[in-house]
Amino acid sequence: MKTNTILLALVSMVFSVTIAKADMTIVSWGGAYTKSQTLAYHEPYTAKTGIKIINDDSAAEAVAKLRAMNEAGNVTWDVVDVVGSDAIRLCDEGLALEIDHDNQLAAAPDGTPASEDFGDLIVADCFVPQIVYSTTFGFRTDVDQWGGKEPDDICDVFDLNAFPGKRSLEKRPINNMEWALLCSGVAKADVYDVLETEEGQSMAFAKLDEIKDSVIWWSAGADTPQLLADGEVVMGSTYNGRLFSLIVEQNQPVKMMWDAQVYDLDGWIIPTGLSPERQQAALDYLYFATDTQRLADQAKYISYGPARASSAPLVGKHAELGIEMGPHMPTAPDNAKNIFVYNFTWWADYRDDLDAKWNAWLAK
Amino acid sequence: MSIKNQDFVTFENVQKTYDGKELVVKNLNLNIYRGEFLTMLGPSGSGKTTCLMMLAGFENSTNGEIKLNGNLINNIPPYKRNIGMVFQNYALFPHMSVAENLAFPLEVRKIEKADRDKKITRALEMVKMEQFKNRMPAQLSGGQQQRVALARSLVFEPDLVLMDEPLGALDKQLREQMQYEIKHLHEELEITVVYVTHDQSEALTMSDRVAVFNDGVIQQLASPNELYEKPTNSFVAQFIGENNKFDGKVISIDGEIVTVEVNGNEFKALAVNSGDIGEKTTISIRPERVRIDDSLENVADAEVVELIYLGDHIRCRLSVEKNSKFIVKIPNSINNYILKRGDKKKISWNAADCRALDYEL
Amino acid sequence: MLFRSVENQIVSRTLPGTIEELSKWDDDSVLPSEQVYYQLAKDLKIAVENKTHTRLGSRLNYEMSGIASTFRKTGRSVKKWDIDQQINYKEKFLNIDKKWGNIEFWRLLKLYSPKVTSGYFLNAVDLIKTTEGISQRDETERIYLFLFQRTIYMSVLITLLCLLMGYPVAYLISRLPMKSANLLLIFVLLPFWTSLLVRTSAWKVLLQQEGVINDILVFVGLVGDLDRLQLINNQFGTIVAMTHILLPFMILPLYSVMKTIPESYVKAAKSLGANEWTSFRRVYFPQSIPGVGAGCILVFILSIGYYITPEIVGGTSGTFISNRIAYHISYSLNWGLGAALASILLVAVLILYYVYDKIIGIDNVKLG
Repeated sequence: MKTNTILLALVSMVFSVTIAKADMTIVSWGGAYTKSQTLAYHEPYTAKTGIKIINDDSAAEAVAKLRAMNEAGNVTWDVVDVVGSDAIRLCDEGLALEIDHDNQLAAAPDGTPASEDFGDLIVADCFVPQIVYSTTFGFRTDVDQWGGKEPDDICDVFDLNAFPGKRSLEKRPINNMEWALLCSGVAKADVYDVLETEEGQSMAFAKLDEIKDSVIWWSAGADTPQLLADGEVVMGSTYNGRLFSLIVEQNQPVKMMWDAQVYDLDGWIIPTGLSPERQQAALDYLYFATDTQRLADQAKYISYGPARASSAPLVGKHAELGIEMGPHMPTAPDNAKNIFVYNFTWWADYRDDLDAKWNAWLAK
Repeated sequence: MSIKNQDFVTFENVQKTYDGKELVVKNLNLNIYRGEFLTMLGPSGSGKTTCLMMLAGFENSTNGEIKLNGNLINNIPPYKRNIGMVFQNYALFPHMSVAENLAFPLEVRKIEKADRDKKITRALEMVKMEQFKNRMPAQLSGGQQQRVALARSLVFEPDLVLMDEPLGALDKQLREQMQYEIKHLHEELEITVVYVTHDQSEALTMSDRVAVFNDGVIQQLASPNELYEKPTNSFVAQFIGENNKFDGKVISIDGEIVTVEVNGNEFKALAVNSGDIGEKTTISIRPERVRIDDSLENVADAEVVELIYLGDHIRCRLSVEKNSKFIVKIPNSINNYILKRGDKKKISWNAADCRALDYEL
Repeated sequence: MLFRSVENQIVSRTLPGTIEELSKWDDDSVLPSEQVYYQLAKDLKIAVENKTHTRLGSRLNYEMSGIASTFRKTGRSVKKWDIDQQINYKEKFLNIDKKWGNIEFWRLLKLYSPKVTSGYFLNAVDLIKTTEGISQRDETERIYLFLFQRTIYMSVLITLLCLLMGYPVAYLISRLPMKSANLLLIFVLLPFWTSLLVRTSAWKVLLQQEGVINDILVFVGLVGDLDRLQLINNQFGTIVAMTHILLPFMILPLYSVMKTIPESYVKAAKSLGANEWTSFRRVYFPQSIPGVGAGCILVFILSIGYYITPEIVGGTSGTFISNRIAYHISYSLNWGLGAALASILLVAVLILYYVYDKIIGIDNVKLG
């Protein structure tokens, strides 16, 4: 009888523990990026709380999947890493939870409330910014036909005479259309106004036509680094962190070209429709993972700029290579001499239309 | 029959091996006469089907020459040999009707349509299948398919028709009926038929001559009657019909007659394939040549082990000289007395019905 | 899911009062009445609370670019309003965004107010429904008919190539002794043990300009180092990679049918006087047709819906309609258009199946 009671108590204890320590599914982009999150956030969090974290790499389709899950009434994700524009969309449609940044997130070590620490990067009420990344170019340093020249201007991408060879560009209009206009003589401030007009769009396509036959179009962030490493292309656009690992970690003969790099944001949202316990667990995780130190820690593993102002001074050296990460950040002064600010809202309006035109243009 | 006894097909020193080591056909010499019905008989693996396939052109001989009508055909592809063939499972083309199946060999020979139709009708009439002309093979019974296959192999009027166990898939009654029909067709059309079977009664029923195959060698080539009455070796004696045998030793030779000692008893037998004095031999006696009395030349003691009533005769198994598989067939006639199990009797047979053959382990 | 290709309830559900009031709007040369704007304010107030207004904005944005932000912008203001009949809402809306004073927008809203719409299907065949009726899309936006055509053309080509290469292989395997046949079958099935992505990427390694095949050609001297052949990121790459990936689906049904064709048929044909080619053409091939049919249907239907391989190796000239469907389902979130494209693809397959049944007969298909 006595042993039975002990057994029962033991069983119920184990049971309650498993309920309390339910696993958590965190959605992100996979590859080196998820690895940096695992090292900087997940592992310390699991060590601290015992909660196991399951990685899911479907961030690219996050909006579609969250919509589908929401319609089916069965949300299986706890925390999702999305780009700024997706966060706005999810928040607008009520698919992401609104966050009270000051009360639900850690303040900076000096007491600055989170909303001020993140500042303008909070592009939606549901969004907890994590990193600033940029889409920019890398080029090979061993192209004989270039005669020792190196591209240092965005328009060099469109210059097949000075810089012959294949380029890789993303298979979507965003960024490419803007760069094409900048190199057609449109002032940075007028790019979106011009792009809104038929003539502006034709102008951009005409510029892209000049290099169309020399372009390999990519759709996954890992494509350009691979193409550069194989020598399939001589220059190509991708996320700066991918180029960092190609250049610094894999020692490939490739250099960065930061001119007209396009900043974008990436951060967390919590889906709506979670049970109160899961929602609380997700908030606990975010509180932990987005404090000043953690954000600075992620920069040890990947060259993306932490989203908190207070994290910047804490960015140190690469965890394995021991090099200073500061100069590799897209926000480093030397790299940020000419940046292009991407307009989410403009694209929300014109994406459908331009996608159709873009794909028709590609197929021709 | 004047056209007979003219060599139509000849195998000269033909050898065949598949793996380069073991010969499945060892050294074949065989002449087939024009117009005859020759059966290749033997257990499976004896080389008979291989010989047929070499003749048809589906196998190449490793050595030796095969001639058809005096011409060497070793290197002639099967479709140029003009040999009709009936396959074990009929091989009627399932996607063609009966008439189309028959038209096929005529079409590839570019025969005019009108002519073709005449030939098809004639061939179908021969096998009494004309009303099934437009059926598909799957709609026919096994026997009907067999007839169509036969008609197809004959419709282009080949000089030689090969049949590879064509009746194997039919039931006993149908098989016997078809045997007569094939035999009659052969006589009517005066064609040469080479027939392969492992069924000895089929071979005896249909053939002019039978070649008994074993182990890649023709053991005996003879008419059915001679094969049964005068087997030249133990294998043939054993394979064709029922046979009683004793193993013994030659103790004296007197012209055609040898005396053989079996367990102390002495039997006289015809010296067919026995060796010199002192050598071992197997003597063979057909069951229907034994009497249950002591009236004939060779006498032995026997004990009845088993009796099986078979209507027209009684099959009696005896134990004779330590051989308990000695069979005697007793005709079911009025004056035959009834035997019982355990009866001890004398049995006897003539030396002329008893053949001393090669010793077999 | 197919219903989504015509479903359009979002408009009438989000703006019920507005749509009702708008139906009384007869003279579409002037802006709708104040009453419509008042209803719009009421409807939007609720929609903002339910967070459905931006979805409606995205929906209408398919038909008229720029509406998405109008709704988002307006939503932010409407949130703070107290709805009161005394206020002039037309003015308030026009102050937020001048698009609310665009007659074309109101005509469009009226046009798209019914619960079902043919808009997605029209879009899927490069047509557009405007207030002036149905017309062909601008040439710079026409793409889907072209992609449907390309998908079918390339799928047919891939099916034929698979047949051409699979037939002899299946024949060989079916004629070999069991032991060697099994070994070869394992080789045929081996690719299934590696993921599709790996197989496709392997083609990348082989076919790219700095890849194995180009390297060999340059080494042998057939092509110059500077004119390496473009073998991937185009139709050629898609056809090669897909033919390879789909080949087992051709070989297996062919093999299982051929295995049941006894050798004696061909022997019989030869003994009847037909040479090798005639016996194959008239006797063997007709009996293998059920396998040919099954293999072709299988490969064709698989290839018509393929999208991973074309996405990776197809570049811009080798992508299929399914790549667009995947794009609309996963990224642009225009599920209506995705569903319409998928429905058309489904109907196309059914029609082809019907035609196939008429020509060859579906009873003639077997997998073994």
